[in-house]
Amino acid sequence: MNQSKKAVKRPDGRKVDEIRKVSCKAGVVKNADGSAEFIIGNTTAIAAVYGPRELYPKFKQDPSRALLRCKYNLMSFSVSDRKRPAPSRRDIELGLVIKNALSQLIFLEKYPKLAIDVFIEISQADAGTRCAGICAASLALADAGIQMRELAGSIAAGALGDLVVLDLTKEEEDYPEGATDLPITYLPKQGLITSLQLDGDISFAGFKKALKMGINKCKELVKLQEEALKINYLKGDKK
Amino acid sequence: MNKGIITESRSVVVPGETIAIGMNYLPGDGTYREGEEIRASLLGLVDIRENLLKIIPLKGAYIPKRDDNVIGRIKDVGYSAWEVDINAPVSANLLVQDATIAYVNINRTDIRRFFDIDDYIYAKVVKVSKSMYIQLSTKDRDYKKLNIGLIFKIKPVKVPRVIGKKGSMINMLIDETGTELIIGQNGVVWIKGNKRKDELITMKAVKYIEEHAHERGLTDKVKELIKGWKKDESK
Repeated sequence: MNQSKKAVKRPDGRKVDEIRKVSCKAGVVKNADGSAEFIIGNTTAIAAVYGPRELYPKFKQDPSRALLRCKYNLMSFSVSDRKRPAPSRRDIELGLVIKNALSQLIFLEKYPKLAIDVFIEISQADAGTRCAGICAASLALADAGIQMRELAGSIAAGALGDLVVLDLTKEEEDYPEGATDLPITYLPKQGLITSLQLDGDISFAGFKKALKMGINKCKELVKLQEEALKINYLKGDKK
Repeated sequence: MNKGIITESRSVVVPGETIAIGMNYLPGDGTYREGEEIRASLLGLVDIRENLLKIIPLKGAYIPKRDDNVIGRIKDVGYSAWEVDINAPVSANLLVQDATIAYVNINRTDIRRFFDIDDYIYAKVVKVSKSMYIQLSTKDRDYKKLNIGLIFKIKPVKVPRVIGKKGSMINMLIDETGTELIIGQNGVVWIKGNKRKDELITMKAVKYIEEHAHERGLTDKVKELIKGWKKDESK
């Protein structure tokens, strides 16, 4: 175990629990009711929120709560091989995963019969796109003035062989000895994990360690989001 | 855990941020209680009124509340009711019995006589049910059909600023420009003046207030601006 720890070096020289450079910004899409951009390393996610707005077809209206609709889209030029622009199986599934991760976040019962639409576009993909998408969506929902319980943090933990690391890049995901991907979405105030996926092999001890590391990082990401939201209005005051 | 209000009044908070701890405080609009804590559920400014905590939102759609005064457009006329677009996610309903105090026999009268499609009305929200059924009323004398004038929209969250504290801003606008001015809680503004240029000056002023809503001492500043614009017009 110790041997392998020394032998494995992360390609970009990061520490095991260090994430790539993060920058986030709210209010990037003028036409949307709320929007945000979330950049982590070479991954860029843009989220736009429309609504709460009227929901059609009418049979989908729920008199007790709003319907949250999420669309995840990997742009065709975001990956090195051109991605066909039609929504793939993966895109549709990720839309559902993100929807489930976010539905605990919003006070859906305050908007009966209405719809809230979240569109997530990945303009540059270098692993961890669903996590970047969830962070961007959380920011965009707050920017749209929708009633929420809190902000959500999301990060991909994982393992390279036996070594537990955070925020894998595409290069690391293709690690020949086997890389594990463990995307986590965490709501710090409620202490809830709203999405957790596992792709690959990991020992139970490694899983627990990865989960702990991921949760701690999610808390930091939420702090970054808070700053990004506030900075827009503090600037406005000085004008 | 120390009890009391944690954030300062008028500071920017984000959803999930704790505003106060303890059962001595009441959660108002834009906040929620989780155990002992009162947290913000909106992005906005904290408003503390004794022990009632509220969030003044910075963005967001208009969600109707009871007793709101709104300006709406008639979308459809039914047998005994109107469908009204009030700039909210769902449209509102106005029933004949809430529209007028006069006796109306709906079998004999065409209710288009009162309001027809594309008419603008000033009305009061009398009922908002849990499933977003919104009912309006124009029974009171203040509420009416808006026949002529200028109509435009502003952001619904900026409406309280355009009205001002106890109507200080709106009264100043009416006095300075000599126009009739109604601002609906839903962000629709109606202006009627004797001259077209008065209406345009008022519109300019309202839009200026909307853009500079966060500034202090805006009432006096806008007063000066209106005087300046009036001088330019008369030249």
